[in-house]
Amino acid sequence: MAKKLMKGCEAIGEAAVKAGCKLFFGYPITPQNEIPEYMAHRLPQVGGTFVQAESEVAASNMIYGAAGSGERVFTSSSSPGISLMQEGISYIAGSELPVVIVNIMRAGPGLGGILPSQSDYFQATKGGGHGDYRLLVLAPWSVQEAADLVQDAFDLADFYRNPVMVLGDGLIGQMMEPVEFKPERTPCKPLAPKEWAATGCSGDRPTNIVNSLFLDPEVLERHNQKLKAKYDRMVRDEVRCASYGTDRPYDVLVVAYGTVARVSSTALDDLRGEGVDAALFRPITLFPFPHAELRAAAEKAQEVLVVELSTGQMIEDVRLALEGRKPIHFLGRQGGMLISPEAVAEKVKAIQASSAEVRRG
Amino acid sequence: MAETVVFARPQALAPVTTHYCPGCTHGVIHRLVAEVLDELGLRERTVGIAPVGCSVLAYNYFATDFHEAAHGRAPAVATGIKRARPDLIVFAYQGDGDLASIGMAEIVHAANRGEKVTVVFVNNAIYGMTGGQMAPTTMPGQVATTCPLGRDVNLAGYPIRVAELLATLRTPAFVARAAVHTPLHAVTAKEMLRRAFRYQAEGTCFSLVEVLSTCPTNWGIPPVEATAWVEKNMVPYYPLGVFKTPDGPDRAPRPAPVVEA
Repeated sequence: MAKKLMKGCEAIGEAAVKAGCKLFFGYPITPQNEIPEYMAHRLPQVGGTFVQAESEVAASNMIYGAAGSGERVFTSSSSPGISLMQEGISYIAGSELPVVIVNIMRAGPGLGGILPSQSDYFQATKGGGHGDYRLLVLAPWSVQEAADLVQDAFDLADFYRNPVMVLGDGLIGQMMEPVEFKPERTPCKPLAPKEWAATGCSGDRPTNIVNSLFLDPEVLERHNQKLKAKYDRMVRDEVRCASYGTDRPYDVLVVAYGTVARVSSTALDDLRGEGVDAALFRPITLFPFPHAELRAAAEKAQEVLVVELSTGQMIEDVRLALEGRKPIHFLGRQGGMLISPEAVAEKVKAIQASSAEVRRG
Repeated sequence: MAETVVFARPQALAPVTTHYCPGCTHGVIHRLVAEVLDELGLRERTVGIAPVGCSVLAYNYFATDFHEAAHGRAPAVATGIKRARPDLIVFAYQGDGDLASIGMAEIVHAANRGEKVTVVFVNNAIYGMTGGQMAPTTMPGQVATTCPLGRDVNLAGYPIRVAELLATLRTPAFVARAAVHTPLHAVTAKEMLRRAFRYQAEGTCFSLVEVLSTCPTNWGIPPVEATAWVEKNMVPYYPLGVFKTPDGPDRAPRPAPVVEA
């Protein structure tokens, strides 16, 4: 299939259709309105259903119901809307249902602003709603990767019976890039029939109950431990990351995800011309976080720089991964302000210069 | 002499004991719903939705597939199931705190979209499971743990009449109110439930049957008195009858003037 120029939000919507998702429930919020708008005209063309929910609270409970009946379903929103969805997401995780949630992050807290941000990293990776649960979180850095990860997200959700979040920012949603959809896509995980779905119990089949209520504490503890075992399997099997320039010696390792990693890679290209040795490490799964891979990449560096559109959230996972082995620096912008390649390059040069000075003693 | 079965457990009810208090009418309402599902031959393609409230464990009592829903969200969950699988019969079973307080947005919008689902709305004028707090349906002057001097309508407003409220929506629907505090009322309630499920099975419209129910435990009176309390205090304020049919506005029942409980 030929490449097509698509806006990020539209590519995300088309990717869901290509993954066989025929159900979308959502509520308008900037900067992701193009996703529900795309689904509203696209889904009827493939025999699917689009429902504009009365709120994100309702939308998250609609996808809970739809997923419980065994069909592929997705929703999208942006930060304040994702906060409202936490109720449904917690129930979905507790009931072990597969759904895909796209969060096109905007700056907060509160109503915040409508411009790009990465300030919902904690919410996405550390739970968000109540209870001991995890989302599998995928962070694309291009429109093509967003389209690919959305399709994988449906397979991962079905395989683990767990909500999967694709975490982008306003840039991913709004920019236009060439996208290619493979004509014959193979699922990234083996998919079993959904025999657990509540679809009417014909004959003598015991009733299927979609539920997260376990009043007996021993039973609930076992349920929590079963969920934990599932998250451990994700940690073992689903880590995705990428690195750039790590094949050469480098002093500074830049760690960034999503569009900020893209900006940082431009900075590294510029720095190479100036003879500055730096490399980039990019987590693609934010949960599971690529701890071991990052530790290995940081081995060769003198210093580590974390770049985020927040006051520092992923940096906590970087610290956990590196366990004090390397000095960690931070560069961040907030409120919808962006980070330029020049700002990253300047920061890298400053770090390298002071590091060299220290080493000269 | 051959035995003739004159009374049996409906197939749509599981052979279990419920946790409901003595004198609570949830059990009666469960049975009526189950009988209707059996008689219309719907059990094997029915998916129920349990609320948060006293009937939170309804999924253990009905012999149909079930979802447990978050507090008040059953109509949203029902929407998700029905839109995903329009061939299924989907019903939400909700109490008055669940539906008329925390879930007011979900019920109004599900009804207004005309979701082809059925809602069984059990109104006992109080929060039962949490221990007798004031509900949006608590009667004026009625004592509850969070209105210990009785519901003050100047501070808490008047009880919400859900059936009447939903009947104002333009979208076609079947909306009715029944009671089960006497056998005769229960027979009428079953007919309304049958109509509600039939409309769904025919793909006609959204349907909701509000059922006035008892809560002797939290009302603090014996079961027999509780049935009399429904008749004396609830029925005049919450008139019984059909408020809306898909064929057009019915002659809606009118409430009696407000009386202090």
